Amino acid sequence: MEGTRGSPPFVMLSLVLNWWRELSKRRRVRIWRGVSYVLFVVLAVAFLLAIDWARVIDTMFRPEIVADQFPDILLIAAKNTIIYTILGFIGGLVLGLVFALMRLSQSAPFRWAAATYIDVVRGIPLLVWILLIGLGVPIALGIRIPTTFGPGALALSLVMGAYMAETIRAGIEAVDRGQMEAARSLGMSYSKAMIWIILPQAFRLMIPPLTNEFILLLKDTSLVSAIGVTVTTKELTRWGRDGVIHSANATPLVVAGLVYLLLTIPMTRFVSRLEKKVAKSK
Amino acid sequence: MTSAIEIRGLHKYFGDLEVLRGIDFQVAMGEVVCVLGPSGSGKSTLLRCVNRLEEPTSGTILIEGEDITDPDTDADAVRRRIGIVFQRFNLFNHLTVMENVTIAQRKVLGRSKGEAERIGLENLEKVGVEEKAGDFPRRLSGGQQQRVAIARALSMEPDMMLFDEATSALDPELVGEVLGVMRTLAEEGMTMLVVTHEIGFAKGVADRVVFMDEGVVVEEGPPGKVLVDPDQERTRTFLRMVLEGE
Ligand SMILES: Nc1ncnc2c1ncn2[C@@H]1O[C@H](COP(=O)(O)OP(=O)(O)O)[C@@H](O)[C@H]1O
Ligand SMILES: [Mg+2]
Repeated sequence: MEGTRGSPPFVMLSLVLNWWRELSKRRRVRIWRGVSYVLFVVLAVAFLLAIDWARVIDTMFRPEIVADQFPDILLIAAKNTIIYTILGFIGGLVLGLVFALMRLSQSAPFRWAAATYIDVVRGIPLLVWILLIGLGVPIALGIRIPTTFGPGALALSLVMGAYMAETIRAGIEAVDRGQMEAARSLGMSYSKAMIWIILPQAFRLMIPPLTNEFILLLKDTSLVSAIGVTVTTKELTRWGRDGVIHSANATPLVVAGLVYLLLTIPMTRFVSRLEKKVAKSK
Repeated sequence: MTSAIEIRGLHKYFGDLEVLRGIDFQVAMGEVVCVLGPSGSGKSTLLRCVNRLEEPTSGTILIEGEDITDPDTDADAVRRRIGIVFQRFNLFNHLTVMENVTIAQRKVLGRSKGEAERIGLENLEKVGVEEKAGDFPRRLSGGQQQRVAIARALSMEPDMMLFDEATSALDPELVGEVLGVMRTLAEEGMTMLVVTHEIGFAKGVADRVVFMDEGVVVEEGPPGKVLVDPDQERTRTFLRMVLEGE
């Protein structure tokens, strides 16, 4: 053991350790950062080299299949995704407002009914609701929900309603109590005060969270692909999946994913700008 | 003549806390009554019971002879006849000054936009903020905001006005402009119930002063008596404290 003490590797190591200890904290941080950049680049390059690119492109991004997707992936699939999103959002907003007002009601049965609805709906996965409404209801009740978008849009609305109810309630509660009192003291009824004074201010506060929910909804519309659709009501996910089956290649799904990004990233940016603005104005 | 406001045996509990412990007094038509008292003595709660922002636990409040504590009375109709000005202005932040003074006229009284704006402008002129009609409240100073709040209440053409420490949230140099408006209103014969810590205002403007402490009326009478040579020790202590603070 004595022999190793003076051995060159040991000397080197103790030199390095000494050098490290004597560095200022700032220099140490900078060196660490440099080391981690280098490590990152090395790993990334190794990863890229290890991949068989020809094969990846061939199975996931074949140019002629990419070209094949357009323009229908935009004209049909993306359009339908947006239609589902907008229908679900508007339905959710209306239901959410109703349940939020019920939650804030003076009357206990209203509050309980709304709370139960919200808990039950949020406690079961969206996919289950979509299947129940798309497949279960027609069998059980013998009714067919009219229009091609009907079942999907209905399921999305019912579920969004439960989530948005909580967002809207939080927005209403964030409006200063003095606003309601001032409105009531001028002789406005509760509902007039709500409509003209409270809700306009609450919705301003809710723009960032509601936009966030819009983005989540846009992605969740992919679950509608689980129930029957016709060629003209396919949304992006169903489009991609059917494309995969049809072409025995993953390219359509990759393209669908990219179209989702195209839609969501600008909105995500928009929300973070809004949130910064709201934070500043406080 | 019936009183503008008549309060009989008013009690108010918040849970187990008895905030008003039997209040009796009256405000005659055209009279200006100032209510003084330490913080927490129940002054705001009293005003809020008068326009039913709070439900009294027991007792009777008559507004121009009508019992408003009767559960069958339409609280919205009562509030239409009573203007109130809050310590923290409570202007509607999403509306311009003009919209602030017209919204209730239009949605409650059903006045046309033109008529509501004519009446609104009259009242904005009266309080001296007509040139701010197009601005949003946050652009205004505290004094201007409070004057808009007064104009907003006046635009409903109330029979009486309640003021809850209308100048307490203001920077000292802005207090005078609001008190000036209140003084003008009093001179015009408005019935006013004014909670305030401004002893000078009470002395100059009030017909009668009510001193409250711990949920009861300790002493009431003309300002020259209650504010100068009160009978009760509690009143004297309070006055000494307020005057030292100034
Ligand atoms: N909504 C409420 N819930 C519970 N306690 C309250 C409420 N409003 C006022 N109080 C209590 O009632 C007492 C009197 O309050 P307040 O009428 O505001 O007095 P003042 O206006 O004279 O300062 C205080 O102790 C206060 O904490
Ligand atoms: Mg008070």
